Amino acid sequence: MKAFAALLVPGILMTSSWSIVAAPFVPQEDSQVLERLLYPADTPEVRELRQWRAELSRQPHNLDLALRLAWGYVAQGRAEADPRYYGYAQAVLEPWWQQPPVPVLLLRATLRQNRHDFQGALNDFAAVLEIQPRNAQAWLNRAVILGVQGDYRSALRSCLPLSRLSTQLLASACAGSILSVNGQAQTGYRLLQDALDNSASADKREQLWAITILAETAARLGRVRAAEQHFQEAFRLDLRDAYLLNAYADFLLDQNRPEEVRNLFQNDTRPDAFLLRLALAEQRIGSPETKAYQQQLADRIQAIRMRGDSTHLNTEARFTLHLLDRPAEALQLALRNWTVQREPTDARLVLEAALAADDPKAARPVLDWLAETGLEDVHLAQLKQRLTGVQS
Amino acid sequence: MKKLAFAFLLGMVLMVPVSGLAHKPSDSYLTLRFTQDNTLAVRWDVALRDLEYALGLDTNGDGEITWGELRIRHAAIGSYALAHLKIVNGGESCDPSSLRQAVENHSDGAYTVLTFELGCPYTHSPLTLDYRLFFDLDPSHRGLLRVDYPTGTQTAVLSPEQPQLILQPTAHSRWRQFLDYWREGGWHIWLGFDHLLFLITLLLPAVLRREDGHWRQVDGFRTVMTEVVGVVTAFTIAHSLTLSAAVLGWISLPSRWVESVIAATVLVAALNNLYPVVRTRLWVLAFSLGLIHGFGFASVLVDLGLPSSAVALALGGFNLGVETGQLAVVIALLPLAYVLRNSWFYRRALLQMGSAGIAVIAVTWLLERSLEVPLLPF
Repeated sequence: MKAFAALLVPGILMTSSWSIVAAPFVPQEDSQVLERLLYPADTPEVRELRQWRAELSRQPHNLDLALRLAWGYVAQGRAEADPRYYGYAQAVLEPWWQQPPVPVLLLRATLRQNRHDFQGALNDFAAVLEIQPRNAQAWLNRAVILGVQGDYRSALRSCLPLSRLSTQLLASACAGSILSVNGQAQTGYRLLQDALDNSASADKREQLWAITILAETAARLGRVRAAEQHFQEAFRLDLRDAYLLNAYADFLLDQNRPEEVRNLFQNDTRPDAFLLRLALAEQRIGSPETKAYQQQLADRIQAIRMRGDSTHLNTEARFTLHLLDRPAEALQLALRNWTVQREPTDARLVLEAALAADDPKAARPVLDWLAETGLEDVHLAQLKQRLTGVQS
Repeated sequence: MKKLAFAFLLGMVLMVPVSGLAHKPSDSYLTLRFTQDNTLAVRWDVALRDLEYALGLDTNGDGEITWGELRIRHAAIGSYALAHLKIVNGGESCDPSSLRQAVENHSDGAYTVLTFELGCPYTHSPLTLDYRLFFDLDPSHRGLLRVDYPTGTQTAVLSPEQPQLILQPTAHSRWRQFLDYWREGGWHIWLGFDHLLFLITLLLPAVLRREDGHWRQVDGFRTVMTEVVGVVTAFTIAHSLTLSAAVLGWISLPSRWVESVIAATVLVAALNNLYPVVRTRLWVLAFSLGLIHGFGFASVLVDLGLPSSAVALALGGFNLGVETGQLAVVIALLPLAYVLRNSWFYRRALLQMGSAGIAVIAVTWLLERSLEVPLLPF
């Protein structure tokens, strides 16, 4: 199946230029629906954003109003997993963008973080902390970025001030997210569990984050049932969250439950990450839809590539490895991705690609890193075993 | 403010840079194709999601954009889009025409597809493309450009940092380029009425000779031809010299001055027909006055834009084109003048009254061009 699919998509990703293949059409009926908006105009979030936007156009130099609107866009962008909103947020703050006061600096850092401009974001957060050493937001985001980059020691140090500046749950989630990947998963898990037990009335978003970390940690430790329970617990909070959905879909794919992934994403393939997981699920099921999703994904990756963004490397590597079945190429992408971010899924991609490409030597930097950090992950452990088996 | 920042604190943490979390960002697909001369076929795919934010398409607010809702906004979309895309060539904008809209489903949703033609002054010279769509609303928007030349394809990404692109239709072969400049040169003789009038004025008396204050006919077509070829060649050599000097930047004269003096040369030529001063060696007149016409041609050629890789080629082509245009005029008019040279019509109506008329036109030009700035103090 995989090889067949690979034949059907010859070199779509190899070309550096794009071309529009399909012909445009003129619909026959006025009632034909062309596009569905995830959030219609009458949803409270959208109404509020529109109202603020209108107010701001009347008083374009009102910084408080601009910040409220910009953060509103950031939140909406997160809910819809649509990066357009980050652009809207930037445009709103344009008058302050070059010489930003602290609140704008924070937002600029967040947008840079979203764009995977980690160094730019860290610089901005450092600038904020120089002026406001007690800014919890800057400490927290800094910890998260350092964690993604694999600098766990600095990340933990950045979590420390949160216990004084913020809630107990948030401080624990910050530390727990790091401990769960640097060889102290059990400690991190207990810390998070305790914090959650003591924070029943905490903010729902804080709870969601903490529970998601718990679920991922449990999954990595091979505690499938606990992980499933945590995921369900997170869904009960009833907050739309793309990160949670992706994490759950990966868990389901690992558990070989592709039908559930299909149910999760069938009606929402806007985010590339959803489309990727849906395509992987369809491929697992052996459905004829696979090819269409694959083509869509190829088109999107090509457009993103053309823009010169580096945010797609993980998706592209996974797509190339599992859907196009081109391990050597996937390995190169996975290794490039590894230089940008070092989360467990990034490590896993390198190992899987190295194994498929029969190039265990290429996995060496990741294996060394795993030994150094002591990351506990049943899937990584298996891959490591197979790789070292190949090597010897 | 503090409360607000805190409320969003969590929102941000969860926007952790998780791999592949994002959706495809906002892009538009712009395709330009060089078709026939001076026309570009344009196809521009713009996402309905972006237009919804910029213009509002979902009129009834039900979260669905229907064809009906899109269709009634076509005019607004067209003018919005075109206001944010400029293609300029030789200081003039290319004019869009026959705009149509259809729909296309891309991998990340529905797009409206604008197709139109752009009529440009010249397409064999560099075009400047300036793209500003949505940059004011979403600085992360990108225009993905593809240009199809007859012999190749160019792609580029347009961003707020780089909204402009020079399109170099270098894909044209050198021979084709030469031909293009040749044609522009010939064409310019017809459009640049002042050069043509100057030449005609000089040639009007070529079929006659002055004797004792009277015009007499010249005997023999051969003699006439020698005279005419001499005049045309002298004119060509003169303006080629100054044209090259100006285009290569060796001499630069203010264009208002040049245009005024060109008008003056037409006046001098016309007056010389009415009150002959230079009688025998007309080519000397053609040469000396032709020098200034070269500067006039130069401004045209500079507007056309010179391909840096082929200056000589362009200059040669343009000069030869001017020459060809002149010869065409001569070939068309000379036999007629030769046949009519003895008639009252030719001597009175064409030579005398015609020259007088040309003198009037030349004076008008001279005034217009030299007094470009109003003299009155308000």
